[in-house]
Amino acid sequence: MALDLILLIIIVICAFAAVQMRDLLSAALVLGACSLIMAVIWTRLNAVDVAFTEASVGAGITTVLMIAALSRTRRGEEGGEERDMGWVHDGAANKRFIFRHIAMLIVVLVTMGVLIYGTMDMPDFGDPDAPAHTHVARRYIEKSREETGVKNFVTAVLVSYRGYDTLGETTVIFTAGIAVVLLLRKQRR
Amino acid sequence: MFDVAGIVVALAVLLVIYRVIKGPRICDRVLAVNAIGTKTVVLLALIGFMYERPQFLDIALVYALINFIATIAFLKYREMGRLD
Repeated sequence: MALDLILLIIIVICAFAAVQMRDLLSAALVLGACSLIMAVIWTRLNAVDVAFTEASVGAGITTVLMIAALSRTRRGEEGGEERDMGWVHDGAANKRFIFRHIAMLIVVLVTMGVLIYGTMDMPDFGDPDAPAHTHVARRYIEKSREETGVKNFVTAVLVSYRGYDTLGETTVIFTAGIAVVLLLRKQRR
Repeated sequence: MFDVAGIVVALAVLLVIYRVIKGPRICDRVLAVNAIGTKTVVLLALIGFMYERPQFLDIALVYALINFIATIAFLKYREMGRLD
Protein backbone atom coordinates (compact mmCIF):
# COMPACT_ATOMS: atom_id res chain seq x y z
CA MET A 1 0.00 0.00 0.00
CA ALA A 2 2.79 2.42 0.93
CA LEU A 3 4.54 1.56 -2.33
CA ASP A 4 1.43 2.49 -4.35
CA LEU A 5 1.13 5.73 -2.42
CA ILE A 6 4.74 6.72 -3.17
CA LEU A 7 4.32 5.83 -6.85
CA LEU A 8 1.13 7.90 -7.14
CA ILE A 9 2.84 10.86 -5.43
CA ILE A 10 5.69 10.57 -7.95
CA ILE A 11 3.16 10.64 -10.81
CA VAL A 12 1.55 13.80 -9.44
CA ILE A 13 4.97 15.47 -9.00
CA CYS A 14 5.94 14.54 -12.58
CA ALA A 15 2.67 15.92 -13.96
CA PHE A 16 3.14 19.25 -12.16
CA ALA A 17 6.77 19.46 -13.25
CA ALA A 18 5.87 18.75 -16.89
CA VAL A 19 3.29 21.54 -16.85
CA GLN A 20 5.59 24.02 -15.10
CA MET A 21 8.69 23.50 -17.25
CA ARG A 22 9.49 26.16 -19.84
CA ASP A 23 11.84 23.92 -21.80
CA LEU A 24 9.69 21.60 -23.90
CA LEU A 25 12.43 18.98 -24.31
CA SER A 26 12.68 18.64 -20.51
CA ALA A 27 8.90 18.40 -20.29
CA ALA A 28 8.95 15.52 -22.80
CA LEU A 29 11.60 13.74 -20.71
CA VAL A 30 9.58 14.20 -17.51
CA LEU A 31 6.52 12.74 -19.24
CA GLY A 32 8.64 9.73 -20.22
CA ALA A 33 9.60 9.20 -16.56
CA CYS A 34 5.91 9.59 -15.64
CA SER A 35 5.02 6.82 -18.11
CA LEU A 36 7.63 4.47 -16.64
CA ILE A 37 6.19 4.91 -13.13
CA MET A 38 2.67 4.47 -14.54
CA ALA A 39 3.82 1.16 -16.05
CA VAL A 40 4.94 0.02 -12.58
CA ILE A 41 1.49 0.92 -11.22
CA TRP A 42 -0.17 -1.12 -13.98
CA THR A 43 2.04 -4.05 -13.05
CA ARG A 44 1.04 -3.60 -9.39
CA LEU A 45 -2.57 -3.92 -10.57
CA ASN A 46 -1.60 -7.17 -12.36
CA ALA A 47 -2.33 -5.76 -15.82
CA VAL A 48 0.96 -6.72 -17.42
CA ASP A 49 -0.11 -6.11 -21.02
CA VAL A 50 -1.29 -2.60 -20.27
CA ALA A 51 1.97 -1.96 -18.44
CA PHE A 52 3.89 -3.18 -21.45
CA THR A 53 1.99 -0.92 -23.82
CA GLU A 54 2.46 2.00 -21.46
CA ALA A 55 6.21 1.46 -21.26
CA SER A 56 6.82 0.93 -24.97
CA VAL A 57 4.37 3.54 -26.29
CA GLY A 58 4.36 6.05 -23.44
CA ALA A 59 8.01 6.05 -22.44
CA GLY A 60 9.58 4.89 -25.69
CA ILE A 61 7.77 5.99 -28.83
CA THR A 62 5.98 9.08 -27.49
CA THR A 63 9.23 10.62 -26.26
CA VAL A 64 10.89 9.93 -29.61
CA LEU A 65 7.94 11.47 -31.46
CA MET A 66 7.98 14.53 -29.20
CA ILE A 67 11.69 15.01 -29.81
CA ALA A 68 11.08 14.60 -33.55
CA ALA A 69 8.34 17.22 -33.39
CA LEU A 70 10.64 19.55 -31.42
CA SER A 71 13.37 19.12 -34.03
CA ARG A 72 10.87 20.41 -36.62
CA THR A 73 9.67 23.34 -34.51
CA ARG A 74 11.18 25.37 -31.69
CA ARG A 75 12.24 24.23 -28.26
CA GLY A 76 11.15 27.14 -26.08
CA GLU A 77 7.67 28.11 -25.09
CA GLU A 78 6.22 31.07 -26.99
CA GLY A 79 6.21 34.24 -24.84
CA GLY A 80 7.25 32.36 -21.73
CA GLU A 81 8.90 35.37 -20.10
CA GLU A 82 6.08 37.87 -20.43
CA ARG A 83 3.49 35.49 -19.09
CA ASP A 84 4.70 35.82 -15.52
CA MET A 85 4.78 39.60 -15.51
CA GLY A 86 1.07 40.18 -15.24
CA TRP A 87 1.43 43.00 -12.68
CA VAL A 88 2.08 46.38 -14.30
CA HIS A 89 1.56 49.92 -13.08
CA ASP A 90 -1.71 50.45 -14.82
CA GLY A 91 -4.98 50.33 -12.90
CA ALA A 92 -7.24 48.97 -15.64
CA ALA A 93 -4.73 46.33 -16.75
CA ASN A 94 -4.28 45.18 -13.15
CA LYS A 95 -8.04 44.85 -12.72
CA ARG A 96 -8.24 42.77 -15.88
CA PHE A 97 -5.36 40.65 -14.62
CA ILE A 98 -7.02 39.97 -11.26
CA PHE A 99 -10.41 39.32 -12.85
CA ARG A 100 -8.92 36.85 -15.33
CA HIS A 101 -7.12 34.93 -12.61
CA ILE A 102 -10.15 34.79 -10.32
CA ALA A 103 -12.30 33.60 -13.22
CA MET A 104 -9.78 30.88 -14.01
CA LEU A 105 -9.64 29.84 -10.34
CA ILE A 106 -13.45 29.58 -10.19
CA VAL A 107 -13.59 27.48 -13.34
CA VAL A 108 -10.88 25.13 -12.03
CA LEU A 109 -12.53 24.79 -8.60
CA VAL A 110 -15.97 24.11 -10.10
CA THR A 111 -14.52 21.48 -12.46
CA MET A 112 -12.67 19.86 -9.56
CA GLY A 113 -15.83 19.83 -7.46
CA VAL A 114 -17.86 18.23 -10.25
CA LEU A 115 -15.19 15.59 -10.83
CA ILE A 116 -14.93 14.75 -7.11
CA TYR A 117 -18.75 14.64 -6.89
CA GLY A 118 -18.72 12.21 -9.80
CA THR A 119 -16.41 9.83 -7.94
CA MET A 120 -18.47 9.87 -4.72
CA ASP A 121 -20.83 7.01 -5.57
CA MET A 122 -18.17 4.87 -7.22
CA PRO A 123 -17.55 1.53 -5.50
CA ASP A 124 -14.47 1.12 -3.28
CA PHE A 125 -11.21 -0.11 -4.77
CA GLY A 126 -11.34 -3.91 -5.00
CA ASP A 127 -14.96 -4.11 -3.79
CA PRO A 128 -16.26 -7.58 -4.81
CA ASP A 129 -19.83 -6.26 -5.20
CA ALA A 130 -18.84 -3.53 -7.65
CA PRO A 131 -20.84 -3.63 -10.91
CA ALA A 132 -17.67 -4.32 -12.87
CA HIS A 133 -17.20 -7.62 -11.01
CA THR A 134 -20.76 -8.95 -10.98
CA HIS A 135 -21.60 -9.43 -14.67
CA VAL A 136 -19.11 -10.98 -17.10
CA ALA A 137 -16.01 -10.92 -14.92
CA ARG A 138 -16.88 -14.23 -13.24
CA ARG A 139 -17.13 -15.96 -16.60
CA TYR A 140 -13.79 -14.51 -17.69
CA ILE A 141 -12.16 -15.77 -14.50
CA GLU A 142 -13.72 -19.23 -14.59
CA LYS A 143 -13.88 -20.04 -18.29
CA SER A 144 -11.28 -17.93 -20.10
CA ARG A 145 -8.58 -20.54 -19.69
CA GLU A 146 -10.54 -23.30 -21.45
CA GLU A 147 -12.36 -21.05 -23.90
CA THR A 148 -9.35 -19.16 -25.22
CA GLY A 149 -6.31 -21.04 -23.96
CA VAL A 150 -4.73 -17.81 -22.73
CA LYS A 151 -3.35 -17.83 -19.19
CA ASN A 152 -3.82 -14.14 -18.35
CA PHE A 153 -7.41 -12.84 -18.03
CA VAL A 154 -6.53 -9.39 -19.26
CA THR A 155 -4.84 -10.79 -22.36
CA ALA A 156 -7.77 -13.13 -22.97
CA VAL A 157 -10.25 -10.24 -22.78
CA LEU A 158 -8.10 -7.99 -24.97
CA VAL A 159 -7.24 -10.36 -27.79
CA SER A 160 -10.08 -12.88 -27.69
CA TYR A 161 -13.36 -11.68 -26.14
CA ARG A 162 -12.88 -8.15 -27.45
CA GLY A 163 -10.84 -9.13 -30.47
CA TYR A 164 -12.74 -6.91 -32.93
CA ASP A 165 -12.31 -3.98 -30.57
CA THR A 166 -8.57 -4.56 -30.49
CA LEU A 167 -8.52 -4.94 -34.28
CA GLY A 168 -10.18 -1.53 -34.59
CA GLU A 169 -7.63 -0.01 -32.22
CA THR A 170 -4.82 -1.54 -34.22
CA THR A 171 -6.29 0.02 -37.38
CA VAL A 172 -6.35 3.42 -35.70
CA ILE A 173 -2.75 3.07 -34.51
CA PHE A 174 -1.63 1.87 -37.96
CA THR A 175 -3.29 4.86 -39.63
CA ALA A 176 -1.68 7.21 -37.13
CA GLY A 177 1.69 5.57 -37.79
CA ILE A 178 1.35 6.10 -41.55
CA ALA A 179 0.41 9.74 -40.95
CA VAL A 180 3.46 10.25 -38.70
CA VAL A 181 5.77 8.67 -41.28
CA LEU A 182 4.31 10.95 -43.96
CA LEU A 183 4.85 14.01 -41.77
CA LEU A 184 8.35 13.14 -40.64
CA ARG A 185 9.93 11.88 -43.86
CA LYS A 186 12.50 13.99 -45.62
CA GLN A 187 11.05 16.71 -47.77
CA ARG A 188 12.14 16.54 -51.39
CA ARG A 189 13.50 19.76 -52.75
CA MET B 1 11.01 -8.05 2.90
CA PHE B 2 10.20 -7.46 -0.75
CA ASP B 3 7.67 -4.85 0.32
CA VAL B 4 10.30 -2.94 2.27
CA ALA B 5 12.73 -3.19 -0.63
CA GLY B 6 10.05 -1.89 -3.01
CA ILE B 7 9.37 1.10 -0.78
CA VAL B 8 13.09 1.87 -0.53
CA VAL B 9 13.48 1.75 -4.33
CA ALA B 10 10.40 3.96 -4.76
CA LEU B 11 11.91 6.48 -2.35
CA ALA B 12 15.10 6.36 -4.40
CA VAL B 13 12.98 7.21 -7.46
CA LEU B 14 11.67 10.22 -5.51
CA LEU B 15 15.27 11.36 -4.94
CA VAL B 16 16.03 11.06 -8.65
CA ILE B 17 12.86 12.99 -9.49
CA TYR B 18 14.46 15.92 -7.66
CA ARG B 19 17.33 15.84 -10.16
CA VAL B 20 14.88 15.58 -13.07
CA ILE B 21 13.03 18.71 -11.95
CA LYS B 22 15.98 20.71 -10.65
CA GLY B 23 18.67 19.50 -13.07
CA PRO B 24 20.38 22.65 -14.31
CA ARG B 25 21.29 21.17 -17.68
CA ILE B 26 19.31 18.96 -20.00
CA CYS B 27 21.93 16.21 -19.75
CA ASP B 28 21.29 15.88 -16.00
CA ARG B 29 17.63 15.35 -16.78
CA VAL B 30 18.36 12.71 -19.41
CA LEU B 31 20.63 10.81 -17.02
CA ALA B 32 18.05 11.08 -14.24
CA VAL B 33 15.26 9.73 -16.47
CA ASN B 34 17.59 6.90 -17.44
CA ALA B 35 18.18 6.16 -13.75
CA ILE B 36 14.42 6.14 -13.18
CA GLY B 37 14.14 3.56 -15.96
CA THR B 38 16.73 1.38 -14.24
CA LYS B 39 14.88 1.66 -10.93
CA THR B 40 11.67 0.76 -12.74
CA VAL B 41 13.31 -2.49 -13.85
CA VAL B 42 14.30 -3.24 -10.24
CA LEU B 43 10.78 -2.40 -9.03
CA LEU B 44 9.25 -4.72 -11.63
CA ALA B 45 11.50 -7.60 -10.56
CA LEU B 46 10.59 -6.94 -6.90
CA ILE B 47 6.87 -6.82 -7.72
CA GLY B 48 7.27 -10.14 -9.52
CA PHE B 49 8.66 -11.71 -6.36
CA MET B 50 6.03 -9.96 -4.21
CA TYR B 51 3.27 -11.60 -6.24
CA GLU B 52 5.25 -14.86 -6.39
CA ARG B 53 5.26 -14.74 -10.17
CA PRO B 54 8.95 -14.76 -11.08
CA GLN B 55 8.10 -14.70 -14.81
CA PHE B 56 7.81 -10.93 -14.31
CA LEU B 57 11.60 -11.03 -14.53
CA ASP B 58 11.32 -11.46 -18.32
CA ILE B 59 9.15 -8.36 -18.50
CA ALA B 60 11.73 -6.47 -16.44
CA LEU B 61 14.39 -7.55 -18.94
CA VAL B 62 12.36 -6.27 -21.89
CA TYR B 63 11.85 -2.99 -20.02
CA ALA B 64 15.60 -2.71 -19.66
CA LEU B 65 15.88 -3.18 -23.44
CA ILE B 66 13.37 -0.48 -24.39
CA ASN B 67 14.57 1.82 -21.64
CA PHE B 68 17.16 3.72 -23.64
CA ILE B 69 15.19 4.38 -26.86
CA ALA B 70 14.34 7.87 -25.64
CA THR B 71 17.96 8.44 -24.59
CA ILE B 72 19.25 7.48 -28.04
CA ALA B 73 16.67 9.73 -29.71
CA PHE B 74 17.68 12.58 -27.43
CA LEU B 75 21.39 12.11 -28.12
CA LYS B 76 20.78 12.06 -31.86
CA TYR B 77 18.70 15.23 -31.62
CA ARG B 78 21.39 16.84 -29.51
CA GLU B 79 24.19 15.96 -31.89
CA MET B 80 22.53 16.46 -35.28
CA GLY B 81 19.67 18.81 -34.42
CA ARG B 82 17.15 16.49 -36.06
CA LEU B 83 16.08 12.86 -36.00
CA ASP B 84 15.92 11.73 -39.62
